[in-house]
Amino acid sequence: MSSSEDDEEEVRVPLSQRQEWSDVEPIPQDDGPDPVVSIAYTDEFRETMDYFRAVFAADERSTRALELTAEVIDLNAGNYTVWHFRRLILESLQSDLQEEIKFIELVANKATYKNYQIWHHRRWVAEKLGTIATTSELQFTQKVLCLDAKNYHAWSHRQWALQALGGWENELEYCRELLEVDIFNNSAWNQRYFVITKSPFLGGLQAMRDSEVSFCTNAITKNPDNESPWRYLRGLYKGNNEAFVNDPAISKVCICVLEKNRNCVFALSLLLDLLCYGFQPTPDLNRILSTWGFSGSDQKYANFVCLILEKVDPMRARYWIWRRDSLPSHIC
Amino acid sequence: MGELEIEKHTQFITSIEKKKDFDSMVMEHLRMSGAYWGLTALDLMGKLDAVDREEVVSWVLQCQHDRGGFSGNIGHDPHILYTLSAVQILALLDKLDAIDADKISAYIEGLQQEDGSFAGDEWGEIDTRFSYCAVCCLSILRRLDKIDVGKAISYVASCKNFDGGFGCTPGGESHSGQIFCCVSALAISGALTHVDRDLLGWWLCERQVKSGGLNGRPEKLADVCYSWWVLSSLTIIDRVHWIDKEKLKTFILDCQDKEHGGISDRPDDAVDVFHTFFGIAGLSLLEYPGLKPLDPAYALPVHVVDRLIFGQPHKQQP
Repeated sequence: MSSSEDDEEEVRVPLSQRQEWSDVEPIPQDDGPDPVVSIAYTDEFRETMDYFRAVFAADERSTRALELTAEVIDLNAGNYTVWHFRRLILESLQSDLQEEIKFIELVANKATYKNYQIWHHRRWVAEKLGTIATTSELQFTQKVLCLDAKNYHAWSHRQWALQALGGWENELEYCRELLEVDIFNNSAWNQRYFVITKSPFLGGLQAMRDSEVSFCTNAITKNPDNESPWRYLRGLYKGNNEAFVNDPAISKVCICVLEKNRNCVFALSLLLDLLCYGFQPTPDLNRILSTWGFSGSDQKYANFVCLILEKVDPMRARYWIWRRDSLPSHIC
Repeated sequence: MGELEIEKHTQFITSIEKKKDFDSMVMEHLRMSGAYWGLTALDLMGKLDAVDREEVVSWVLQCQHDRGGFSGNIGHDPHILYTLSAVQILALLDKLDAIDADKISAYIEGLQQEDGSFAGDEWGEIDTRFSYCAVCCLSILRRLDKIDVGKAISYVASCKNFDGGFGCTPGGESHSGQIFCCVSALAISGALTHVDRDLLGWWLCERQVKSGGLNGRPEKLADVCYSWWVLSSLTIIDRVHWIDKEKLKTFILDCQDKEHGGISDRPDDAVDVFHTFFGIAGLSLLEYPGLKPLDPAYALPVHVVDRLIFGQPHKQQP
């Protein structure tokens, strides 16, 4: 059973039968000759596009043209020309852009949040609105990220909004919340790095390092098979290998993980990096490696770790062989 | 492991026009890219004769605008994405002399921003995808000197992340598709020194999952399109041997529709021309027998790039 409202929505009056469009001569599509990718359209799509072509050709920037662009967008939100024309009309009519924000949300809900045109249009509108749009943009991206926490467009828009409009104050906390929901969310880890390196309130990477190392090693301890925090940890010491190898928290997390799971590829690979940067083996490390048959007398630690990695990560064996072949001569 | 169904895929690509579904409809505005994917896939399989070249060229030319750029179809606005696809198609068909290269170069030059980045069109969306389009297109046209290459390179380099990958803008998450664009743009402009090959190579080979397929980011599903984005990047930085090539080959072949032709994103999904191209392109980089080799940076068959680079005298030289 459907309500009368639903019925109204389903019955679309063709443009050719609408009084307000009687003065317009539709322009049919010229597909040109091309046997490779030619396209079959539905009648509704064809007719709407034919009328759109007519108002576009006449450069008609009217309210009805604006409404027509909404119909075209409803049929295909990826058509960038329609969005372009819509912006021209919005500018000419000096339309209320807060209304446009609502329109975008409707379209995005119905189409897909992975559509480049919608996001680009949204940014254009927010840019025009300026800092009064800060909250709406952060909330909108938060809503989208609730549905798809790795949506590349939403993250990109959010980073733009933070830099162009502001709103950094709660961003680190937001990253923490997302990581609490899903610690494997690489996008949230990336955003976290973005915040600690770019936020005007946090003092930069060095000021944040100790607390971030602690956050990161906690995450690793809970889920050692999570690629993201292992990379993040290296990122915290980017370009400063000496400090990296001298931070006891780094080798500690590595050894702790290996004590529970000696096969952990990410821990073994971090151990290999540490050894390459000059890490001096400890009794704990000797004990772990001895379970793999390492005696310590006849070969190097790093070499042995590479051999383990070749065995436990056979898909990337050739990478680990290359690492073994290119070990610096002076290391343990 | 099955074999590559070359005849079926050829049939699938050349018969897309007969389909009547939503996918065909949304393809309308990006028909230029669809044509590029289809034609390049056909050429890799040695089946380019299945289309009428003159007809394709005539349609491509109708998509060029006065400002020099090309649109995704007749009657749409120009965009740098479709300008590159159009130039790639004309290069593939050896018809670059049919266009005014200076006009296209002027269009692309006009899209470069003060910081070296590129907008996709007059509306100003910025993305490293467009840096690749600009550099690749101008290199094919032998007009790289028309833009500030130094600034273009430093913008791309500013999008490098701590994991060795690249994003769409500075600070954007590393993503295999963006990495392809950035690494290729740097390769074409002779600036691969900005790539940390070993760090990036390891990140890229970590994209191979148990099924043998490749994903675009950590913890995401494998998808045939990444066979192209990841493999081409690994090939450019000379690290392709770090992954298990045989397992990847099997994954791509398992994504074929063996009955009707075409390749999908994952086994048993619906096929489309996009994934058909990326699957065949990936197999070409894996040196699958019977396929022509593909240049990883220009995304054109090697014989076409050879013709572009070595076959023609530089027009600006006397």
